[in-house]
Amino acid sequence: MNKNKIKKKFKVIIEPDECKGCERCVNACPKSVLKMSAKLNFMGLPYAYYTGDGCIGCSACFYNCPEPGAVTIVEITEED
Amino acid sequence: MAEIVKHARPKGFFENFDRRPGAIHKNMHYCPGCGHGILHKIMAEAIADFGIQDDTVIISPVGCSVFAYYYFDCFGISVPHGRAPSVGTGLNRANPKNIVISYQGDGDLGAIGFNNFIQAANRGENLCVLFVNNAIYGMTGGQMAPTTLPGQKTVTSPGGRSVMNDGYPMKVAEMVSTLDAPVYVERAALSTTRNIMKARKAVRKAIKNTVDKKGFSMVEVLAGCPINLKLNGKEMNEFIDTQMARFFPLGCLKDEADQRDPVKRTEGEHDPERVREALYPVKVQKGVDDDFRNPSKIFEKERKIKVAGFGGQGVLSLGNMIATMGKLRNFNASWLPSYGPEMRGGTANCSVILSRKTVGSPIVDKDCNLLIVLNQPSMDAFLPILKKNGVLIYDSSTIDPPKVSKDKIVYAVKASDIAKRLGDLRYANSVILGALSVVMEDCFLEGEDKKDFDRTFEEAIMDCFSNKESVIQLNIESFYAGKQAVQRI
Repeated sequence: MNKNKIKKKFKVIIEPDECKGCERCVNACPKSVLKMSAKLNFMGLPYAYYTGDGCIGCSACFYNCPEPGAVTIVEITEED
Repeated sequence: MAEIVKHARPKGFFENFDRRPGAIHKNMHYCPGCGHGILHKIMAEAIADFGIQDDTVIISPVGCSVFAYYYFDCFGISVPHGRAPSVGTGLNRANPKNIVISYQGDGDLGAIGFNNFIQAANRGENLCVLFVNNAIYGMTGGQMAPTTLPGQKTVTSPGGRSVMNDGYPMKVAEMVSTLDAPVYVERAALSTTRNIMKARKAVRKAIKNTVDKKGFSMVEVLAGCPINLKLNGKEMNEFIDTQMARFFPLGCLKDEADQRDPVKRTEGEHDPERVREALYPVKVQKGVDDDFRNPSKIFEKERKIKVAGFGGQGVLSLGNMIATMGKLRNFNASWLPSYGPEMRGGTANCSVILSRKTVGSPIVDKDCNLLIVLNQPSMDAFLPILKKNGVLIYDSSTIDPPKVSKDKIVYAVKASDIAKRLGDLRYANSVILGALSVVMEDCFLEGEDKKDFDRTFEEAIMDCFSNKESVIQLNIESFYAGKQAVQRI
């Protein structure tokens, strides 16, 4: 494995008030880095959240999510 | 540290769904886990990526996705249940620049609108049809759909769909792929990520075909309705991948887009003046100005006319002639035919109303001012509706003199005999009009109007038979023959 290759980092931003808690993203995530909250959002529904580490940017959650803007995937690049 | 957004709210959506009533303007109205949301996202992404927002028209069907126009930042139109492909045809033919996406559910496309859909497919209209198949009627609360699986329990099939009574699920994609015209038919599923990405590819391809004017593309999308099927997210995916995919196998059924040339149609006419000329050609120059009003007193009130006889005697065209004459003298005229399914031989009648004011109902079923009858049964049927002081004109070559009260004005003319002598039975209606002119001159018309009736008739006959000059001449002869032969009874 090429150790010099810069590993890309990603993160998922889930808007709690746009999530309806269908759990599709949680089921679809290959790395299981999404979880369901115990709290409820303003619609009174539980919502998914990113545990904070381990996203590989595969976009599975984005395409599984039926809501237009609940999931955003961001690539983090580290500049020297 | 720098952050690059990889995937975010697709630009094909509005930033805020302001068309959506209520407090929520960022979300769609769909239930949690609904397949519509996923498909909407794929579509919005494709529309934005292709840069076609200014030309795209999304047709919202009847079903849960009836409010699709809340969300997409492109043109939207709501149509009656199942009629999306027909409206799409119109949108396309009127303006070939339109990229029409017809978004339909299984009740809309598979049930009520199937014929609209299959005919549009067979014509090879340049449409992208996205068929959302969720095996149930979602909006109305989970009734059995044509695509419901055998044994599947729904509100209207509580014991499970029985093949014996309800038949098998409708395989729309297979059916449409057997037609010659469609260029692209694929069935995809919105279940696992893998399948969703395949569906995304298929939808993008279908939209691209429409942009390239390749013709009819359809993607059947197996989608989940977790609420009505009472399944959670995981179970829903399993249901689609195992149960539904058994009856609706996934994959591409037809892809001929590469071998086809773009669809070409006759170009539409958009100039209002030319459209008017094509629809309402001016055949005859009206002999009077638009503000001309016949001065005779009889024309002050609304006049109701009934013409009745056998089909083929020219009953309807006689009524049409009278209405045309009214039209040429600036009356408001209505002409309402009534006849059986047969073109010749049955009884027929028509109601004509001439009025200086707006005509309300075009039906004449009482208080008739002028009754023209060409056969005995019509005489028996319609004589009672003739008003006091009304005029009766009948064809005395076939009808016995009627017994009427003295207040009625009765004229007879041997219309059929005269017409036969002149060459064709169909000229009987002009003979009757000749008789009518005499009645009008004798009893009602004043001053200049006496001459005007004949002029109007000649204008009307030219209007009706503008392309048959020999017919015009014979009709005018019949008219004057009728004028001489009429007798007051």
